[in-house]
Amino acid sequence: MTTVPNSLDHSFRQAAAEAGLVDVSFDVADSPVGPLLLAVTEAGLCRISFDPEPERETEELARSFGVRVLRGPREVDRVRRELEEYFEGRRQTFDLPLDLRGRSGFSREILDRLARVPYGEITTYKSLAVEAGNPLAARAVGTIMNRNPIPIVLPCHRVVGSNGSLVGYGGGLDRKRLLLDLESGTPRLDIHLP
Amino acid sequence: MSVPPFERFYVDHRDAVFGHLVRLLGRQRAEDAFQETFLRALRGYDSLRHGRYLRAWVFTIATRVAIDEGRKRRPEIVPELDVESADGRPAYAQIEHLAEELPEKERAAVVLRYGYDLSYSDIGTALGSSEEAARQAASSGVRRLRRRLS
Repeated sequence: MTTVPNSLDHSFRQAAAEAGLVDVSFDVADSPVGPLLLAVTEAGLCRISFDPEPERETEELARSFGVRVLRGPREVDRVRRELEEYFEGRRQTFDLPLDLRGRSGFSREILDRLARVPYGEITTYKSLAVEAGNPLAARAVGTIMNRNPIPIVLPCHRVVGSNGSLVGYGGGLDRKRLLLDLESGTPRLDIHLP
Repeated sequence: MSVPPFERFYVDHRDAVFGHLVRLLGRQRAEDAFQETFLRALRGYDSLRHGRYLRAWVFTIATRVAIDEGRKRRPEIVPELDVESADGRPAYAQIEHLAEELPEKERAAVVLRYGYDLSYSDIGTALGSSEEAARQAASSGVRRLRRRLS
């Protein structure tokens, strides 16, 4: 069987993106919280996933953004770089356009408010619900956090229970603790991930 | 069967398509044709209605790209693929038109065999089936066409 040379594979991927023929570009990047799948559309960053399973996730990206999903390391370079700076403690806010297509109504309102919770601070599920004018919706806010399509950049790790307990995190509580420690200036990067 | 994400389609078929192009054009030219083949596939990909016979589909694109490449650079490279029919149109254009109504597997086999002059072994690869199954699909497609045209 003849195998496509790597250089040819790379140049096709690049040509496809440059020709504007790709709906979603993705790649997997290493990070202190384990490998992350990063995906971008022409409009902006649309997905960050922990413990990525590209096979399943490309299906999901295709359903949400279009079937022309293609791995494209160069296309996610900017996201990769900003995340590296964040994990090295050199970046507190992300300067990345986001593509939140498909998130509307209350869910979108909560994600927009979440985006404004500053680095190193925490808020509660209930506070976000109150700010959005629906004080009884703390549980719904929890569900929205759990389904956050762009964790870390949309900082759902900064949202905790009213009694200060971490409660939950889509990427697991160890990662939530690690991100909060990183932002408080006491990073514990030796943490053991599953 | 739904259309898979392009990444999966590309990874599943890239080596076979490259091998096919190397056989038709030689290694050096195959590289240009490879990129053009998958760019054309990307252009049409979001209009596909189902994910059946994707290999036959991309082999057809690759073969057409190889013909274009051959014409552009050295027409003698692929003369056997460039047979003109009586009305002056290339064989593949006429066959594709005639075979439009055939069931998809037969259509792909007929077009690749009589439009592009691929061997049954290559058509088997394109359809993801055996050489013998490709031969049968082409011959039952031809029988069906004969019945329809008579």
